[in-house]
Amino acid sequence: MTERTLTSFSLRRKVTGSTLIIYLALIGVLLIGWVLVAVDGGNFLTLETVVGIQQRSAALGIVAVGQTLAILVGSLDLSVAYLISLTSLVAAEIMAGQDSGILPAVAAVIAVSALIGLVNGLVITRLHVHAFIATLGVALIIKGVVDHLYDGPSGSVPESFQRLGYDRLGPVPVSALLWAAVAVAAWFLLRRTRLGYRIYAVGGDEEVARLSGVRTGRIIVATHVLCSICAGIAGLLLAGRLGAGAPTVGTDGGYDLESIAAVVLGGTALAGGKGGVPGTVGGVLLLAVLDSVFNQLEVNAFFKDVVRGVVIVAAVAVYARRTVRRRSR
Amino acid sequence: MRALRSMGPIFLVLAVLLVLIAAANPFFLEPAGFLAFVKRAAPLVILAAGQYFVIVSGEFDLSVGSLVTVQVVVAARLIDGEESATWWVLALLIVIGLLVGLVNGVITTGLRVPSFITTLGMMLVLSGAVFLWTGGAPRGALSETFRMFGRKDLGAVPWSVLILLVMGGAAIMLMRSDFGKRLMATGDNERAAGLSGVRVNRTRILAFVISGLAAAVAGILLGGFAGVSAQVGQGLEFQAITAVVLGGVALGGGRGSVVAAMAGALTLEALFTLLNLYGISGALEYAVQGVIIIAAVAAGAVRLPFKRVARA
Repeated sequence: MTERTLTSFSLRRKVTGSTLIIYLALIGVLLIGWVLVAVDGGNFLTLETVVGIQQRSAALGIVAVGQTLAILVGSLDLSVAYLISLTSLVAAEIMAGQDSGILPAVAAVIAVSALIGLVNGLVITRLHVHAFIATLGVALIIKGVVDHLYDGPSGSVPESFQRLGYDRLGPVPVSALLWAAVAVAAWFLLRRTRLGYRIYAVGGDEEVARLSGVRTGRIIVATHVLCSICAGIAGLLLAGRLGAGAPTVGTDGGYDLESIAAVVLGGTALAGGKGGVPGTVGGVLLLAVLDSVFNQLEVNAFFKDVVRGVVIVAAVAVYARRTVRRRSR
Repeated sequence: MRALRSMGPIFLVLAVLLVLIAAANPFFLEPAGFLAFVKRAAPLVILAAGQYFVIVSGEFDLSVGSLVTVQVVVAARLIDGEESATWWVLALLIVIGLLVGLVNGVITTGLRVPSFITTLGMMLVLSGAVFLWTGGAPRGALSETFRMFGRKDLGAVPWSVLILLVMGGAAIMLMRSDFGKRLMATGDNERAAGLSGVRVNRTRILAFVISGLAAAVAGILLGGFAGVSAQVGQGLEFQAITAVVLGGVALGGGRGSVVAAMAGALTLEALFTLLNLYGISGALEYAVQGVIIIAAVAAGAVRLPFKRVARA
């Protein structure tokens, strides 16, 4: 009992450091953006922008929460972008414009994504293929199948399901609520359940975890299943927004590398075992706020990429400095 | 035979693929046919050789794809069809490649940012910056002299094959030199290497610089071979990493040979050629590629259960 309290205590201390930084940075960017837009003659914090930031970040946010789990366990998932395209198509094809198709479609999407996650996890743990190669290979397989079967948007999403993409309760879009629900669920899983503690243990040191009696393979597989299900949920959301499934919706959004970048921006260590969902949420929001500021200032899209690249590297450099300092103390 | 076994099963796979290609297309057995294949493969093989140095030191370089695009787009804009501009632009491209590698290396080692993130950031910065400069789409044109390296022959042998031989030879020599041994030691066990007097950071930076140089050369060849487009380098970073891993080089560092990495790139290219020959073109090609990559790496991992260390 004492041991568990100790672990959770030290985990919490490690996490709050970088989480605090990312939220301070978020507030800083909001303030700077507000000033810049005001100088430019606009008004930054309107209802429209706030809603826009949330809508823009919801899909990436859901994928990034899943990616957080994969990275925490010491793995990563490069197949999420193609999986999003696949699940958007599965959803729209099964719904076929009918309200009665919604439940089967959601069930099918969850099943398909869980299966893909299972394959990812088993290839990594059973066949001993590095996660980078395993998920890249699975990504290529999904891409091949999807591109072979579809040339363009396909299927149709009934209007009742499209509301998931656009409706809102006051200033909060439904999609943001969905994101929040996924994030809270993942946070609860990591902080309050046995599986969560084991994910941290395996990510911290797989060999030590194994020697302490954790079935590391199962934990890694379970994590990949959860990560893929998150991507599937994002696919559902995007299908709702587009009104159809699209074979390029995942890659156009760059959800694979972007989600990894958001997780790392949120202070989760790429090597695993350190970080958490609150940081990732901050990282995704930071990227969305940056985007929104640039849009309002009508900055060139390519300049955005440059800034984004610099911000990601700079943030990780800051975290790295803190770790080194703490270690040397 | 022992040397072959120690280098790994990739050569066997490559041989089988080459035989299958020759069976479907006898022209492949003639010098011209084979050289055309090597010429097509040259950019990827060079990229894989560069990527090998980074991977064996325990890092990743995800920026090479966008660096290739940058090279081609910059060359087209600066040369703009002007023959006389060719040589200084070529020199500039090499300098850009070296510089990008240097920045990747310094940020990774000096600021302790994981190379996955450093080079991912570099990828965003490079592709953003170059299209910011050209206004969204490639502009200008390459000169004939520039395109010579990617598409013309010197006598019977294509220029790109000659360049590949020079680069490959240099890579092998480098890995046999003291630098190669230090690099291998760094990737295998950074702390042990550091304690025995290897300047770990400097060695790693040099590995990134070599990868940048390789990307510059590959970009010059691809510009000539494939022409100017905004997509010329797209996905090349993943192909190069895949090729290196196919060659039996361990992600995480310290294991594998540069010859096998280059053979991995040839294998990948042979695979594409074969799939085309047998009519599996277009989209399904990706699916087959994915299956084969996983299968090959899995086979390598299962065959040597005692040598395999815990997954990095």
